[in-house]
Amino acid sequence: MATEPPLLSMSGITKSFPGVRALDGVDLAVQAGEVHCLLGQNGAGKSTLIKVLAGAHQPDDGVIRWQGDPVTLRSPIAAMRLGIATIYQELDLVEHLSVAENVHLGHEPTVAGFVVRGRAARASTGALLRRLGHAEIEPARLVGELSAAQQQIVSMARALSHDVRLIVMDEPSAALDPDEVDNLFRIVGDLTADGVAVVYISHRLEEIRRIGDRVTVLKDGRAVAGGLPAKATPTREVVALMTGRNVEYVFPARPSDGAAAPGGAGGTGAGDAGDAVGPPVLEVRGLARDGEFAPLDLSVRPGEIVGLAGLVGSGRSEILETIYGARKPTAGEVLVEGRALRPGSVRAAVRAGLGLAPEERKAQALLMLESVTRNVSVSSMSRFSRGGWIDRRAERGAARAATRELSLRPDNPSVPVRTLSGGNQQKAVLARWLLRGCRVLLLDEPTRGVDVGARAELYAVVRRLADEGLAVLLVSSEVPEVLGLADRVLVLREGRVVHTAPARELDEHRVLDLVMEGSPAS
Amino acid sequence: MTQPVSPPRDSTDKVPQIPLPAWRTVLARADVRTLSLVGVLAALIVIGGLTRPDEFLDTRNLQLVLTQASVIGVVTVGMTFVITSGGIDLSVGAIVALASVWATTVATQEYGFAGILFTAMIVGVGCGLVNGLLIAYGGMVPFIATLAMLASARGLALQITDGRTQIVTVDGVLDLGERDAYVLGVPPLVIVFAIVTVIGWLVLNRTTFGRRTVAVGGNAEAARLAGIDVRRQRLYLYLLSGLCCGIAAFLLIILSGSGQNTNGNLYELDAIAAAIIGGTLLTGGRGTITGSVLGVLIFTTITNIFALNNLQSDVQQIAKGAIIVAAVLVQRRTASTT
Repeated sequence: MATEPPLLSMSGITKSFPGVRALDGVDLAVQAGEVHCLLGQNGAGKSTLIKVLAGAHQPDDGVIRWQGDPVTLRSPIAAMRLGIATIYQELDLVEHLSVAENVHLGHEPTVAGFVVRGRAARASTGALLRRLGHAEIEPARLVGELSAAQQQIVSMARALSHDVRLIVMDEPSAALDPDEVDNLFRIVGDLTADGVAVVYISHRLEEIRRIGDRVTVLKDGRAVAGGLPAKATPTREVVALMTGRNVEYVFPARPSDGAAAPGGAGGTGAGDAGDAVGPPVLEVRGLARDGEFAPLDLSVRPGEIVGLAGLVGSGRSEILETIYGARKPTAGEVLVEGRALRPGSVRAAVRAGLGLAPEERKAQALLMLESVTRNVSVSSMSRFSRGGWIDRRAERGAARAATRELSLRPDNPSVPVRTLSGGNQQKAVLARWLLRGCRVLLLDEPTRGVDVGARAELYAVVRRLADEGLAVLLVSSEVPEVLGLADRVLVLREGRVVHTAPARELDEHRVLDLVMEGSPAS
Repeated sequence: MTQPVSPPRDSTDKVPQIPLPAWRTVLARADVRTLSLVGVLAALIVIGGLTRPDEFLDTRNLQLVLTQASVIGVVTVGMTFVITSGGIDLSVGAIVALASVWATTVATQEYGFAGILFTAMIVGVGCGLVNGLLIAYGGMVPFIATLAMLASARGLALQITDGRTQIVTVDGVLDLGERDAYVLGVPPLVIVFAIVTVIGWLVLNRTTFGRRTVAVGGNAEAARLAGIDVRRQRLYLYLLSGLCCGIAAFLLIILSGSGQNTNGNLYELDAIAAAIIGGTLLTGGRGTITGSVLGVLIFTTITNIFALNNLQSDVQQIAKGAIIVAAVLVQRRTASTT
């Protein structure tokens, strides 16, 4: 396939934003018909690079060649005309338009300037969807009614509705379940067989091994390695290139390591975590929400980390949010230290000592325009106020103490929270609940959007908080994270607990079996 | 910096602090936005002084400008809170009208000064209560709920007055508009405006109520999950706006010595424009009382200069529109560079 010149070559691409040099002389060469993977931590410059490629950002310096000829990608339309399509992580679909209308958005078939509605557009959309193996998506349906995975397919159909030569996919598998990922890979394979080049961005090394041809690794706005063989390069080397060190996941030791006890069947498992003693601080009895998850029992004792493992759509986040009162249960109750909470009331939950670090940190937890201090103090304002009057010095001092305890960087809580990295933003959320003096911490995907390097630190923080007597309920789609961090694991499948066991009695394969088969394999 | 740009070494330090020149850090501390508004106001005063040196800088004229600014200013303080919370109150002008006519009916005037003051406030708070309940607990969009209030409050005001001007006969109220009532040359209306401004600033910047307002406007879902009672906060905010309208109605009664159903016409637009020019985000999450008050003063001063130069109100309206556009464009620029 690799004929000269390459389909796309970018050389010396530089792009600065006020205060940051996002790209610092990046080179990238993509051949027709290959899957070229782009790896790098958050902030390494991946997003900026693909935006330059999509014509959304103009580079300050550097040359882009398309089939050997220098080109300027002045706008997204210019990139599209060349045959470059981008599928962003945040899908850019219009929810209130139909599938067909979305697919043809911007290049609607017209007659004398009027948009032709109906049959022709729907037929061509249907053909595209069949090609993508998703004939079940109705072209006339509204995009807002589709699942995240289906929306991604629509986004891909839109890319293919142009005469496309190169497709950029930004973490396409992030919102997909394993079988949907398989379908995605099949599509990628079909595309490359047709000579289309794919630039594939993912955090998941195993995916890159499966479908990638070559890998370019970005770090701090520079390409630290270009065109490595995707299948042959050892993981250790790739991780070392990305992070500058040789760690992947490092989990803190459990206080109970060394002891061993069988897990309970009903969720209120027998004591296995050494430090988790005494009565449970959080008890969930028969909690259910119609259509989301079946009646659930679980309990968490002080010092214990309980993990919920399951696929997207298994009801994990819904369970956490219902415990927290953000959703109203259809049955069951939540007890904190033996007292039942008013169902469906976040305020009752917070007052009783629950704290939630939600999945969508920016949308659900942070006040992005505000300083770290105000983000940390927002749940404890009554502690620094008298008659509604805020003692700002006390507030600053308390916020500083809480963020220091979690070694949040930079060590200056008056900076705006939006300038922090993902890991430190998560620490700001944790500091909020630490300051509030919460006794039960609910963590929903705590390391989403957090650098590999910063994860280990976050794990250590969570473990330390548990050791200090906090009860932690953890939800994560990354099985190694649940197994590495939790003391006890509940495996969920389609809104039902299918297995409960101490984390050290499980391994990743076993959990994945359970998650997909639903029966405890032996 | 000797090395102009170096890649961030620490992943936690993604926005390296490039030191600004000294004069810029000083300005940044003092808030560029507020300073630029002060600059515009100063420029207007110079223009006024140059075009109409005798009339504009006359004490009586300055007293008049400030008095006119007081009525809309009090409304704008309430509006700033509502906008900061991510809401909007289109009914302020209509509430001012309704409160001013309800407080000046023959029946109300029998209760004298206290009757008028009390009625104006109660009508304002009552309208705010309806707005707040519809929005916070009825799940209505603020735009629609307050648009409905605008229509019905105006209608009710017309029904009460039957289109007639209701002359105030209570001496205690009328006296407050007289020059004898000025304190060291400052009209009582301006004193009320100043007090409302100071209280508004303190509440927004120094109290839990202000913090909750900002949190709800910045991210209502995050505020809810942080344990804030978002609905109750929204209710309070529309009550507050209604209360400000009641106070403004009372000031208008003093100023005009009457109550009319046409009072407060287009106050909603002036108040929103002043708040936006001042730097309050229409999307919520950031609000500034100082900016709003400067916005009001800028608008009132322009109106005054145009009137002194015999320019018609149509020209004034066009100029106001241009200023709104210019202010927002300038703010977007400063927002993206700071």
